[in-house]
Amino acid sequence: MSEIKMTVNGKPVGGDVADNMLLVEFIRETLRLTGTHVGCDTSQCGACVVHVDGKAVKSCTMLAAAADGAEVTTIEGVANGGLHPMQKAFNDNHGLQCGFCTPGMIMSGIDMVNRYKAEGKTLDEAAIRHELEGNICRCTGYHNIVKSISQAAGEM
Amino acid sequence: MHSTNYHAAITAAEAASLLSSAEDGALLAGGQTLLPTMKARLAAPSDLVDISRAEELRGISITDGAATIGAMTTHAEVAGHAALRSAFPALCDLAGRIGDPAVRHRGTIGGSLANNDPAACYPAAVLGTGAIISTNTRDIAADDYFQGLFATALDAGEVITSITFPIPRAANYQKFAQPASRFALVGVFVAQFAEGVRVAVTGASEEGVFRWTDAETSLSSDFTADAIGGLSVRSQGMISDLHGDGSYRANLVQVLTARAVAAAS
Ligand SMILES: Cc1cc2nc3c(=O)[nH]c(=O)nc-3n(C[C@H](O)[C@H](O)[C@H](O)COP(=O)(O)OP(=O)(O)OC[C@H]3O[C@@H](n4cnc5c(N)ncnc54)[C@H](O)[C@@H]3O)c2cc1C
Ligand code: FES
Ligand code: FES
Repeated sequence: MSEIKMTVNGKPVGGDVADNMLLVEFIRETLRLTGTHVGCDTSQCGACVVHVDGKAVKSCTMLAAAADGAEVTTIEGVANGGLHPMQKAFNDNHGLQCGFCTPGMIMSGIDMVNRYKAEGKTLDEAAIRHELEGNICRCTGYHNIVKSISQAAGEM
Repeated sequence: MHSTNYHAAITAAEAASLLSSAEDGALLAGGQTLLPTMKARLAAPSDLVDISRAEELRGISITDGAATIGAMTTHAEVAGHAALRSAFPALCDLAGRIGDPAVRHRGTIGGSLANNDPAACYPAAVLGTGAIISTNTRDIAADDYFQGLFATALDAGEVITSITFPIPRAANYQKFAQPASRFALVGVFVAQFAEGVRVAVTGASEEGVFRWTDAETSLSSDFTADAIGGLSVRSQGMISDLHGDGSYRANLVQVLTARAVAAAS
């Protein structure tokens, strides 16, 4: 067991966790924030992406104990009053069908827009597709996801 | 995942001492290989020694023709380092194409080299430049370090602290991505130095990363794609799987080497 403390969506949380507990298990099972999904066992699908200290990470591939002291944002934490521009863009562009991949897509989308803006680079369609390499969608064919991220990039 | 005991170390010395007192301990760097392996129950270390907070193992410094990168430096940090990009752009490009953004935010150069996956990217850059791998106890030359699939010269409990790359005049890495895993089906790193050219190949051989010495000889006298037009690699000993057989990979080695030479900068 390890004692951990972290901030999740702006709120201080913590407790004793098993040393083999994954961050995604802490988020879903301990905190009951079930917007973050688990879509694979191989660290490939990206349904579990959250931000740890401002960076997109796969919460299925990080231990809860290793996030001690971190600031974590999950899909539940991105809306501020109204929907986040990325959420609204997915809505406007029909960027989801079943919605299973969507929390990870939105967290990855926000991360890529933030990084490209900070570096002063343009996030064109080719860049969005390259950046989405770690997020798998089994429904949409990606086209409307790319459009959604592109719209949000112009608004964020 | 089997149960384990978690420890955090903030220096390499502390990590080495925690490892030596563990029954069957493993270092945890970015966890982007070790955690999936533990989830699949292919590894079950009794203890994990997390070095992700060891600041002394992080960072990039560039001095007289060499770039030194701390073992815990992430792929994203290497890809995004402005001074490294102007000195040695091929290394930044290689790091920027490992996995995906989330993997690059956690995965580290030290973890990649300790693991020595036969399809990993960094081993090609390390062998292709003749870099030096420094550990808590010694310095190891790239030519002595890689010892086959997932095998290295590291002793049990040895901690990689940094990697020092001689900066080439020109270099390039060509990765032909395996369509499902996006690891290298074949990857070739070419580097030109005043003393000659080095060519290292990953993803292709059953022996892991290797130097293509015939190409090195030809390219050292004529650094053009045409210089290796007549060379070929034997398909014997090349990996054969459903993504490509041995002769396909052998041909890719030649094709990618020519592309790397043409693109080298
Ligand atoms: C979806 C996905 C795609 C990927 N695609 C690619 C790709 O295209 N190309 C590629 O090259 N890699 C790829 N990887 C692997 C990735 O690069 C890993 O980051 C890397 O192989 C391991 O680094 P890590 O820091 O995560 O190490 P960990 O997983 O923490 O550790 C790996 C091993 O190294 C040991 N170790 C770690 N640090 C040290 C040290 N300092 N000294 C001694 N031993 C140490 C650990 O004990 C463990 O045995 C991918 C991974 C994923 C999940
Ligand atoms: S659940 Fe994390 S990558 Fe699939
Ligand atoms: S919308 Fe169904 S998996 Fe992406």
